[in-house]
Amino acid sequence: MVKVDGSGAQSSLIQVRDLDKTYRRGGEDIDVLQGLNLDVSPGEFAAFMGPSGSGKTTLLNLLGGLDVPTRGSITVAGDEITHMSSGKLTEWRARHVGFVFQMYNLIPVLTAYQNVELPLLLTKLSKAERRAHVETVLSVVGLADRMNHFPRQLSGGQEQRVAIARAIVSDPTFLLCDEPTGDLDRKSADEVMALLEELVAAHHKTVLMVTHDPLAAARAHSILHLEKGVLVEGKKSPHGVPAGGAA
Amino acid sequence: MKFGRLIWANLFRKKVRLLLTLGSFAVALFLFAFLAVVRDAFNRGADVAGADRLIVINRTSIINLIPLSYRDKITRIPGVKYITHSNWFGGTYQEEKNFFPQFVIDPENQRQVFPELIVPDDQWNAFLKDRQGAIAGAQTAERFHWKIGDRIPIKTSSWGGGSWEFNLVGIYHGKRPQDDETQFWLQWDYFQEKVPQSVKGQVGWYVLKVENPDDAARIAKDIDQEFANSSNETKTETESAWAANWVKQFANIQFLIVSIGTVVFFTLLLVTGNTMAISVRERTAELAVFKAIGYSDRFVLFFVIAESLVIALIGGSLGLILAVLAVPMLAKSLGGLLPSMVLSPSMLFFGFATAILVGILSGLLPGLGAMRLRVVNAMRRV
Amino acid sequence: MLPKLFFGLLITIAAILVVMLALAIIVGLLAPFLGSVPISYNFRSIRARWTSTIVAILGIAGTVGVFVAMLSLARGFRATLVSSGSPGNALVMRAGSTAEMMGGITLDSIKVLQDAPGIARDASGRPILTQDVVGVIPVPLISTGTDANVQVRGVSPNVLQVRTFAKIAQGRMFQPGLSELVVGKNASKTYTGLTLGNTVDFAGGHWKVVGIFDAGGSAFDSEIWCDSTILNQVLHRPAYIFQSATIHLTSPGTFQTFKDAVTKDPRMNVDVWREIDYYAKQSTTMTRLITVLGGFVAAIMAIGAIFGALNTMYSAVAERGREIATMRAVGFSAWNVILSFLFEALLISFIGGVLGCLVVLPLNGFTTNTMNFQTFSNVAFAFKITLDLLLMGVLFALVMGVIGGLLPAVRAAIQPVSVALREL
Repeated sequence: MVKVDGSGAQSSLIQVRDLDKTYRRGGEDIDVLQGLNLDVSPGEFAAFMGPSGSGKTTLLNLLGGLDVPTRGSITVAGDEITHMSSGKLTEWRARHVGFVFQMYNLIPVLTAYQNVELPLLLTKLSKAERRAHVETVLSVVGLADRMNHFPRQLSGGQEQRVAIARAIVSDPTFLLCDEPTGDLDRKSADEVMALLEELVAAHHKTVLMVTHDPLAAARAHSILHLEKGVLVEGKKSPHGVPAGGAA
Repeated sequence: MKFGRLIWANLFRKKVRLLLTLGSFAVALFLFAFLAVVRDAFNRGADVAGADRLIVINRTSIINLIPLSYRDKITRIPGVKYITHSNWFGGTYQEEKNFFPQFVIDPENQRQVFPELIVPDDQWNAFLKDRQGAIAGAQTAERFHWKIGDRIPIKTSSWGGGSWEFNLVGIYHGKRPQDDETQFWLQWDYFQEKVPQSVKGQVGWYVLKVENPDDAARIAKDIDQEFANSSNETKTETESAWAANWVKQFANIQFLIVSIGTVVFFTLLLVTGNTMAISVRERTAELAVFKAIGYSDRFVLFFVIAESLVIALIGGSLGLILAVLAVPMLAKSLGGLLPSMVLSPSMLFFGFATAILVGILSGLLPGLGAMRLRVVNAMRRV
Repeated sequence: MLPKLFFGLLITIAAILVVMLALAIIVGLLAPFLGSVPISYNFRSIRARWTSTIVAILGIAGTVGVFVAMLSLARGFRATLVSSGSPGNALVMRAGSTAEMMGGITLDSIKVLQDAPGIARDASGRPILTQDVVGVIPVPLISTGTDANVQVRGVSPNVLQVRTFAKIAQGRMFQPGLSELVVGKNASKTYTGLTLGNTVDFAGGHWKVVGIFDAGGSAFDSEIWCDSTILNQVLHRPAYIFQSATIHLTSPGTFQTFKDAVTKDPRMNVDVWREIDYYAKQSTTMTRLITVLGGFVAAIMAIGAIFGALNTMYSAVAERGREIATMRAVGFSAWNVILSFLFEALLISFIGGVLGCLVVLPLNGFTTNTMNFQTFSNVAFAFKITLDLLLMGVLFALVMGVIGGLLPAVRAAIQPVSVALREL
């Protein structure tokens, strides 16, 4: 369940209260987020939409501990991350967050296997244990047969699936996806979205996604619009396309 | 080490650039080693010189001779352990460019004063038995492909002139790699036999070994005092002082070498630093992904420095290996001009250390930039 | 037969490469006229990537500087010795002597020389000849305070008539029979105590410096001259033996006549050289040493600079991939792209070359000294930077620029535009 009015239960996986984020640009203060609230239960699949510059990516960055808010609090699985030191935040991120970006996700000089293994190198797992995890997630994303391929040998869709595999390999608390289908053709985009859906449905992952793509957003359980610095619940039409259009 | 593969893989990202940077390191370290060898070759005397040996020459001019009769007086000075004498022969073997130093030596005392120049006993005995016997240093013997038993003719216009013939009965080796193995020794008795009266009974210089190096200064003064106001005044110095002064006559060459070395160091630093900077700039997005995944800022710093270090070590080792191979060839092309050119382990060590230093420094600035990189800025969409 | 073929092939390939390089340089420099990419583009892109550009410039400047410095050192040394002596003088030494100091020529032989054909005579009919006593004495270097072996030459009083290239610059000539010295101008600058009016002690005597002579920058400028008779006495040498005799010929053309007459004389056992040839020979060892060492260093640095330049230019191409792709998409042909890059590389290397030359230029005329192995004496000489050396330095820089700029430029140009654009 997703709530944006600050009325969520204490048991929410992700709880955001009164989030403000202000940037200083060219001598002016720009208030991107103003008193934003959010509650996300485990197993949720939420899409954030909104016009360019509305602050969707900013929100994602804040949720992922890549940025600190001007005011407000973010609590994930009981940890309040807004006042963590950057060192602790880095550790926290390694354990709790899986990122999927629009571009440059994979290290070009590493194979799919090695890319997926990256987060595990931060842990104390042995080589054999790491191998077990990597092979498992690569099967989940359906690319076990391509584990020794380099990114340049994979299609865009396959690259993103490897990125997703990497994002889940350390079993993070939730996934943050920033325009995961933005760079892909229709077919690949469908592949990726199907995978995300499966992760949520079959593997009970929690996924928060920023997107411009209405078809991608349609796959999510709930759609939230970022307007005037806060989240507003979006409408979903029976055909799965959000009413009122998006972005 | 887990990240080794990552660092290694990153190096091959742009093969041409890798080759060029390795090449820069190789060239710079090669040059370093070469300069060190040349500097050492010029300094040679000063290094091998013994603190417990003294050299006595004619005070007026180094080319003037001193009477043999001085020997007894010098021996009587307390603290003098062994004494030998020598003359510069200065002849020509076949042609002028085949130059190597030839000395008339005093066989009886040579080995006590110069124990580091080693001759097998059987060869030495043959030497003592044959007045026309000669001993050559290994380097000279090799240069002209001499074997024991060869007859060596040496022309001279001094000492009454003519072509003097010698029997090569021995070859000496230096104990340490830096010892001079180019000398050619002929015998005092034969020399005395052949030279005109005006030259007989006179030596070029004395070399003596003292009991206690601490006494050296006092003994030197005593010797010069003994012969002050005579018709052949002496000048006595420790071998190391003498060699150091010799080197100072080439003082400017040393300065030149050091200057070049400095220019090379900074140029290398500049080039490799710039390369690392460009390489890091190209990868800001990737480094951001690392940070997003959970790698710390400090990790990224060390990662960049490690990359730079690996290139430095590989390139530097390559350069040093090339130097080890090339120095003998260079030595040969210079003929007998400089005493043996040696690339010592300490030079290699110093070269290595320099490579490491440059590797760390050239990766430092880009690394710091990468460390401070904020993911949010780097991932900003194109 | 085979080695000859092999060498012929090698030389042909080398010649072709040289021609190609020359062409590339000329074409590159003319790029603003030949190509359609405006120079302003190059200037702006240099400014935009100024750190990389400065790196390349400094790398090339450093190499050119070292190159010019080393060559001018060797040149200076050679010039000093090669310019020593006159073609109109003949040097006579004992047969087989490799250096003056080893020689021994008796007064009797000198008398024979005085009557030989070809020898010039002064107004009163006296033969113009100097019989020299040559030795080395230790004198402290001004720079280090330690002794250098300085060549002291005992000469005949009419030496200036023989060595006409030498003139008294300050003070006067020494008086025969007295313990007086005239010192060469370089000797005065390099060794301690050799100043006008000063008294110097050596060989157990007190000598007054009464004059400083200028021998045109030759080896003689590093010498000390005095009366040969006095020197023989002081060095305890026989009064009738000299190390060499130098004869002033009626004209350089009479050298052969003189030489033949003297060497064929059964009373004489001597070698006769033209004075300049003898001194040129005395420089071969040290010149070879400096040239080999210096050349080696310069060659290595050049390779390093080329690597540096290549690195910079490749990075330039890599970083400007988008620009290049756009340019080509807009319509500039591959040829124009190459020209533009080549020009830029040459511009950078030209600036580096000029900078390198400017930095070492102050060294010109800077005197330094070294021991000449062949004469066993110290010789002062000066760095000699000539225009042709500077031009060589700049040319060297251009060659490095071409090598560094051509390959990346070609690579940038031939990459299909679609590939380049896709990488954006």
